[in-house]
Amino acid sequence: MTASTAATANGTTSSAGNAPAQADRTINFRIKRCDGPGKPSRWETFAVPVGRGANVISCLQQIAARPVTTEGTRTTPVVWDANCLEEVCGACTMVINGKVRQSCSALIDTIAPREGDTVSLEPMTKFPIIRDLWVDRARIFDNLKRVKAWVPIDGTYALGPGPRESADSQTTRYILSTCMTCGCCMEACPQFLIAENEHEWETAFIGAQAISQARLFNMHGTGKQLKGDRLDALMGPGGITDCGNAQNCVQVCPKEIPLTESIGVIGRAATVHAIASWFSGR
Amino acid sequence: MAQQRVIVVGGGLAGLAACIRIAEAGHTIDLFSLVPVKRSHSVCAQGGINACNEVARQQGYSEYEHFDETIYGGDFLADQHPVLEMANWAPKIIDLLDRMGVPFNRSAEGFRDLRLFGGSLFKRTHFSGATTGQQLIYALDEQVRKLEAEGKVTKYESWEFLAPVLTDEPRCVGIVAQDLRTMQTRAFRGDAVVMATGGAGMVFGKSTNSVICTGAALSRCYQAGVAYANPEMTQVHPTAIPGADKLRLMSESARGEGGRIWVPRKQGDTRPATQIPEAERLYFLEEKYPDYGNIVPRDIATREIFDICVNQGMGINGENQVYLDLTHMDPDYLTSKLGGIMEIYEKFVGDDPRHEPMKIFPGVHYSMGGLWTQYVRGNYAPSEPQPAHVSGTTPACDTEVGRGMLLGAPTNMMTNIEGLYAFGEVNFAFHGANRLGANALLSCIFDGLFSGVSVANYLDNGTPSTAPAESISAGVFEQAVAAEDAKLKAIFETATGGEASDETNPYIIGREMGEEMTAAATVVREEARLEQCRGKIAELRDRCTRLKLADGATWTNQALSYARSLGDMLVIAEAMVSGAVLRQESRGAHYRSDYPDRDDERFYKHTYAMFDHGTGNARIEHIPVQADLVAPRARTYGEVTEDDENETTTPETASAGA
Repeated sequence: MTASTAATANGTTSSAGNAPAQADRTINFRIKRCDGPGKPSRWETFAVPVGRGANVISCLQQIAARPVTTEGTRTTPVVWDANCLEEVCGACTMVINGKVRQSCSALIDTIAPREGDTVSLEPMTKFPIIRDLWVDRARIFDNLKRVKAWVPIDGTYALGPGPRESADSQTTRYILSTCMTCGCCMEACPQFLIAENEHEWETAFIGAQAISQARLFNMHGTGKQLKGDRLDALMGPGGITDCGNAQNCVQVCPKEIPLTESIGVIGRAATVHAIASWFSGR
Repeated sequence: MAQQRVIVVGGGLAGLAACIRIAEAGHTIDLFSLVPVKRSHSVCAQGGINACNEVARQQGYSEYEHFDETIYGGDFLADQHPVLEMANWAPKIIDLLDRMGVPFNRSAEGFRDLRLFGGSLFKRTHFSGATTGQQLIYALDEQVRKLEAEGKVTKYESWEFLAPVLTDEPRCVGIVAQDLRTMQTRAFRGDAVVMATGGAGMVFGKSTNSVICTGAALSRCYQAGVAYANPEMTQVHPTAIPGADKLRLMSESARGEGGRIWVPRKQGDTRPATQIPEAERLYFLEEKYPDYGNIVPRDIATREIFDICVNQGMGINGENQVYLDLTHMDPDYLTSKLGGIMEIYEKFVGDDPRHEPMKIFPGVHYSMGGLWTQYVRGNYAPSEPQPAHVSGTTPACDTEVGRGMLLGAPTNMMTNIEGLYAFGEVNFAFHGANRLGANALLSCIFDGLFSGVSVANYLDNGTPSTAPAESISAGVFEQAVAAEDAKLKAIFETATGGEASDETNPYIIGREMGEEMTAAATVVREEARLEQCRGKIAELRDRCTRLKLADGATWTNQALSYARSLGDMLVIAEAMVSGAVLRQESRGAHYRSDYPDRDDERFYKHTYAMFDHGTGNARIEHIPVQADLVAPRARTYGEVTEDDENETTTPETASAGA
């Protein structure tokens, strides 16, 4: 093989980082900003040159490098949460043009196809703000503790394989298990309300995500040992009966997880569990 | 005795596995992560996790062959004993993950399904759709959440590791970390510190890595005196989709499941892919490597794609891209086996890879190099290094625990600083000069589970048992915090004055670093260009001393965190390039056009870099590879060349049995 050092591994269709080589048009970003908890919000607008393949992340990167508004005012780089940039980590969720979604997969050619189009970015509203577009979603992870979203194993010593499983069962569990804890289903849910204080979490509506995770673990051969605990948690305050059946959750889920189906499955299991509990006097 | 604590930095697979094993041994853990641990970069791993399994075993495969493949795949640069132990543990690790509830794909009968992966002719890769990393980290995350609920693990999420706290000996007794929201810095005491902070892809600007994979944590350890081994070894993955913000991985499993790489035979053929007949397509990997075809190891596939595009100008429409084609396969099969990556391609490119061949090009992917770690050898000691293993023959070594490494030895995966460990991608231990696909998830989890025992034993029987971190004078910690505060203050104060210019803008400096590193230190390297790159890094470091911060906020100042990391990234960039300059040979991912052959005479050695505070650069020596188990052999993967008589004709091992 002969060699050349002329080309680069990543300089192919556009340059690295924050300046697309072939910006073919300019669009506007209207961004709702907030300096911190309890601080007032304000809107700032930035003009951003975009080229093929641009997404909201690449535009925010450009704004970070040159934080000047359309009025010519120097401001600070916008704060936002992001990590994988390929829609598997859930970090970069925000409200884009009024709809909650991941910003990495928000392609400019789709959401703002014409010269001069405006894209609005807002933080999610159901979680306490940290700064600008970054919100604190600790509550979602805490909800997973409420429903004991784990398989109780005996430890890490070599004890052979887990339970055998049919391909059908795996297919169902896999879809449920792609939930990346992004919070879209909660943002869109009319029953899920912001709770600034941790002590409110125990009784506030838990949301579709944790209910679906309870279903996931109830399906597993070993995980179902905690089925009763999970159902007890979901039959208490903030549990399954708080669901208003708006069905927004399933429409906004980026992973197309059958959330309403999960709510139905858990609802029926809870009824059976309640009846069994009455008879057993527990 | 004072309460002992372990600090784990990083909540990916390696860090979480470490938490689980160390907590099981009865110790309490403080876990630090830049992001909620469930969002760690491990989620991006797609293809699978390797382990010998019963089907492959009955076809003549073995744990020993997995070991042999890994050593050969890494072009003999890995210390061999840890790799043997890892391969032997792999089946047990799969069983454990299965017990934790990982939804591994299933066969019709309900057994775990298997797929082919690079560098092997046996199906030995276990998988969960094409989001295996996500599924594995979720399983470990769930176990750690249980430990958190039980009070055995305390999480510090959205905290950044700034420095290890060292005593004069030196011994690591804690860390300094910063809350990324309040910007508060403080010291934490720990009887042992486990670094599990992953790779450094962001040094190359755009890569397949997540935005937190800056290598800054590694750099901060290196600057504190931890040796950095084989910094020049960075894997460039053959198949990524170029994007405006990052390069998105298209898993090797696409080829493992039957995907074919090709370009039009006729240069400049502008017809759409689907209109180019079979005979007019050049399947260049299959032609050159009849045995392995599209599943040659990554470094080889990357160089071939690069060569076809850059040197021969045969890329699609003259651009740097080739086809990765799955359209000959059943769309339903593709959805069930590769759904995760099909979805990524559809969402980010807009075409359906079930019907349109994907367009891909190589992208920076994995750091084989990393913090230097030690270990205690196990009891397998052949009288001389063995030749290539032949599939189906009795393995030279069995799978008893402790053949490769001594289980529980306190120094396993400890760096050159006592009490400071490195697990997972941040260490250099398993992959030599090139990592085989689907070995990364394995090495990360293996480190946590196997060497987690070593951490527990170090607490129980080592220095901390008589001199716990609690007993160390507060002054040591106060000094460490003051040193970090001073560095942050120096950057922070630049926010108050001066007009921003590209010259002093940290984001622009970072972009220039990425472009330069990608141009000079990825697929093909050459001395003059590397030297030029070294000069550019020096220039960028100088500009960093004068940078202007665009944000003067004392709350959640991401610009400050980025600027701080940038300086640390440039420090390891220098080591990566200097290591590449001094390694005057080609080995694995490190290809030098001016030294195109492997040179075992001079460079069957690790690059061992120590940070020199005087020059601010790496002080590099070369130390022997611990290689008593397998003898080096030519690494050809059965390549068919025009001048075949000049090729070394080492018999191909794996082709015999498949």
